[in-house]
Amino acid sequence: MGMCNYPENIRNFCIIAHIDHGKSTLADRILEMTKTVAQRDMEEQLLDNMELERERGITIKARAVRLNYTAKDGNDYIFNLIDTPGHVDFNYEVSRSLNACEGAILIVDASQGIEAQTLANTYLAIEQDLEVVPVINKIDLPSARPDEAKEEIESVIGIPADDAPCVSAKLGINIEAVMEQIVKCVPPPKGNKDAKLKALIFDSYYDAYKGVIVHIRVKEGTVKVGDKIRMMATKAEFQVTELGYMGAFGLISADELKAGEVGYIAASIKSIGDTKVGDTVTLADDPADEPLAGYRNVNPMVFSGIYPADGSKYGDLRDALDKLQLNDASLSFEPETSIALGFGFRCGFLGLLHMDIIQERLEREYNLDLITTAPSVVYRITKTNGDVVMIDNPTNYPDVSEIQLAEEPMVSAHIFSPSDYVGSIMELCQDRRGVFKDMKYMDEKRVDIHYELPLNEIVYDFFDALKSRSRGYASYDYEVIGFAPSKLVKLDVMLNGDVVDALSFIVHADKAYPRARRITEKLKENIPRQLFEVPVQAAIGGKIIARETIKAMRKDVLAKCYGGDITRKKKLLEKQKEGKKRMRQLGTVSVPQEAFMAVLKLDE
Amino acid sequence: MSRGLYIHIPFCLSKCPYCDFYSVKYSCETAEKYKDAVIRNLLCYNEKFDTVYFGGGTPVLLWKEICEILEHISMEENAEITVEANPCCSDKENLSALKKAGVNRISFGIQSLNDKELMALGRRHDAKTAVKAVETAYNCGFDNISADIMLGTQGQSVKSVESTINELSLLPLCHISAYMLKIEENTPFAKMRLNLPDEETVCDIYLSAVEQLENIGIHQYEISNFAESGKECRHNLKYWNCEEYVGIGPAAHSYYKSERFFVDRNIDEFINAEFQATHKETDLAGGCDEYAMLRLRLTQGLMLSEYAKRGGNAEALERKLSLIPQHFFRFNGERLYLTPEGFLVSNSIIGTLLS
Repeated sequence: MGMCNYPENIRNFCIIAHIDHGKSTLADRILEMTKTVAQRDMEEQLLDNMELERERGITIKARAVRLNYTAKDGNDYIFNLIDTPGHVDFNYEVSRSLNACEGAILIVDASQGIEAQTLANTYLAIEQDLEVVPVINKIDLPSARPDEAKEEIESVIGIPADDAPCVSAKLGINIEAVMEQIVKCVPPPKGNKDAKLKALIFDSYYDAYKGVIVHIRVKEGTVKVGDKIRMMATKAEFQVTELGYMGAFGLISADELKAGEVGYIAASIKSIGDTKVGDTVTLADDPADEPLAGYRNVNPMVFSGIYPADGSKYGDLRDALDKLQLNDASLSFEPETSIALGFGFRCGFLGLLHMDIIQERLEREYNLDLITTAPSVVYRITKTNGDVVMIDNPTNYPDVSEIQLAEEPMVSAHIFSPSDYVGSIMELCQDRRGVFKDMKYMDEKRVDIHYELPLNEIVYDFFDALKSRSRGYASYDYEVIGFAPSKLVKLDVMLNGDVVDALSFIVHADKAYPRARRITEKLKENIPRQLFEVPVQAAIGGKIIARETIKAMRKDVLAKCYGGDITRKKKLLEKQKEGKKRMRQLGTVSVPQEAFMAVLKLDE
Repeated sequence: MSRGLYIHIPFCLSKCPYCDFYSVKYSCETAEKYKDAVIRNLLCYNEKFDTVYFGGGTPVLLWKEICEILEHISMEENAEITVEANPCCSDKENLSALKKAGVNRISFGIQSLNDKELMALGRRHDAKTAVKAVETAYNCGFDNISADIMLGTQGQSVKSVESTINELSLLPLCHISAYMLKIEENTPFAKMRLNLPDEETVCDIYLSAVEQLENIGIHQYEISNFAESGKECRHNLKYWNCEEYVGIGPAAHSYYKSERFFVDRNIDEFINAEFQATHKETDLAGGCDEYAMLRLRLTQGLMLSEYAKRGGNAEALERKLSLIPQHFFRFNGERLYLTPEGFLVSNSIIGTLLS
């Protein structure tokens, strides 16, 4: 065994890769190489350990692991591999994870080259002064063109890629070169272990026995068991009961964590809300003067009502949300009541993917059947009496006569795309009420199109629309930049003359008409014929702007019921009863769950 | 109250392309063995039946066997004894033999008196044969004759059904069953591209048939059944009134001593077994749901007090009536029944009332 010098032999790094380019596979190979995990114990893609993450091939939460590596120079190194989430919804979390590292491995698929999402994160890494170590993966594929990939890295990103290792993570080819490159290129952490404590929180999760486990990167100073710590943003204080490192199979406790090291702290913390990602941990009795830069309070941007399909499951839904929130501070919820849907919750999410994931986890892990309402952003309304209200639920939208000024949140969006699709992407952005800012050619084939767009135009299906207009090549990245005045209206949907509160939404006046038509059509398609004719109307402030009619059912009968065989009739009745359970009775109209879901997908 | 007896005769010369009742190809030897099995099974029931119904299949094919079976059935004096028959298999010989053996009701599968419609249904007979069969039965002494007709078949219109019923009205019939065609899974019709009248037309045909039959004194008493007063099929009424009956033969259903059970659709098994093997239906028989869904098939409708007596929540049922448009039902505080328009959507109405 060689020497492991502190801090010279520590390497803190993350992996940046496009979906499918092999991030998790490479991480697994590295784990194998360092003998942290024996081959037989390998579960495919160890780092993404949520079922949903594996299925979708995306990382939802950051994760970290500490590895030991004996390099060719004979020295032992400590590798801290920090996995990062891979979606624009989690941009802030990505930036905090990157901030915990000195280097980033950039995986580029040898046949596909650099993809836009990778680029966004690579720029983020370069901005934070990380050393980027390019790796060319999937060289085992017949279509692999490693030299072209290297050239692309040099021309697009502007970093040397000549000696980038060419590997196959899948087949385990040349992984050692990656390890050596990390040793050689990623600088050891800086920071003074004797300075006042400053540790960056980059993740946290709830453990039933130890309370919240906080993942930190110590930037300055040292933290020991028994220390009284303070979270500089939330001002919460705790006593450290345990700290240590994240091993591949669990926590390994230690006595102290010093500047440059990555590890965890447990301090009998009850609420994950006290441990915000990006916050700085310091000592309560000897605090740092300034927190680390870059902390941001993360606010939910997209809101939607979540209701149990079966009203009696309200308590189960609350329990499930409580449990999910333990590990996900960015999820917010509070009870709300809908005339149409009964008791449920208004939930806030970072973005649509986050919303999707929460819904799917509720349904899958907690076995709940849900009805969700159309996602809404937060609008700022100045009333004629001078009051300013934030509206995240169309139900609370004030009457037009009370509104002096309506404003909606705006984002600054960068769309990365091959130049072939510029025309259709700009068309899409124009259609989504975007304001063109500028466009940069990153090379002769790739562009960065910069737009300012209303958030409510991108929360529904912008990503899908972008993908379909660019054959899947374009991706985007956005941040909220503030509010802008807007011509907003509240659109109500009426079934048989009654407003269905759960179907109301806020929309730009110019979009109201086509949306109203689409929504009435969708409802007509998805609500089965009833015993009477049902008008489906969309209205703004009492004025009907679209109408469809669900014709009355005429024939639903079992004509032949004799020979004593009544089983078929009985089965039919049972089926109908079961079907009724899945229906919401709105006045005299039975509305199936699918109808509520269908209006969420207006553009399909 | 006496029970009914249903005997399934699962033999046909050929299978109609829309039919999903259980039947096999007729053969003389199997028919003989089948008769013996039926007689064996009859020994299990120490009952005096007041209705006997031979359904099929094409029961009239086994007229000799039926005559023999009848000798082994003990019956009330005024029992109703029905045999189903096809126009093309019925003649003076077999009909008069059946009459002599005690059969007092014949139900003919006529389906239509329009030859094009009959052809499109894949039937073996034409209108002329059908008319002749009814006349023969009448001449053999039957005064309780029923005809099945089918609504919503290929090529049919309100007009063509009207003329079928017109012609039927000239025959000595006192009962008509008018079934709307339903395409059953696993029948040849389910695999064929049919040119059926649309739903609206079928509804119009049905409503017009109900009215026309009423006008000639054949009143509706069930969704698909019509009769002169007093000639309603007593046997079939047992099904809809939740009364008990014994079923013998493969695919036959029974409601006997408060239990519902059925026999597998397998003739060999039935013939070879000493007594037919039955499977119990898991649901509780005779409950309020069953009562409501069966009685709402009848123009007589259901009685709220009886529904409550069987454990139903009468108040809830009454409340749910507010969800149903007025023209679909009549209710006087105790008796609830559906109108012909209501019958057409009776599945939905019953579903709404009972969930």
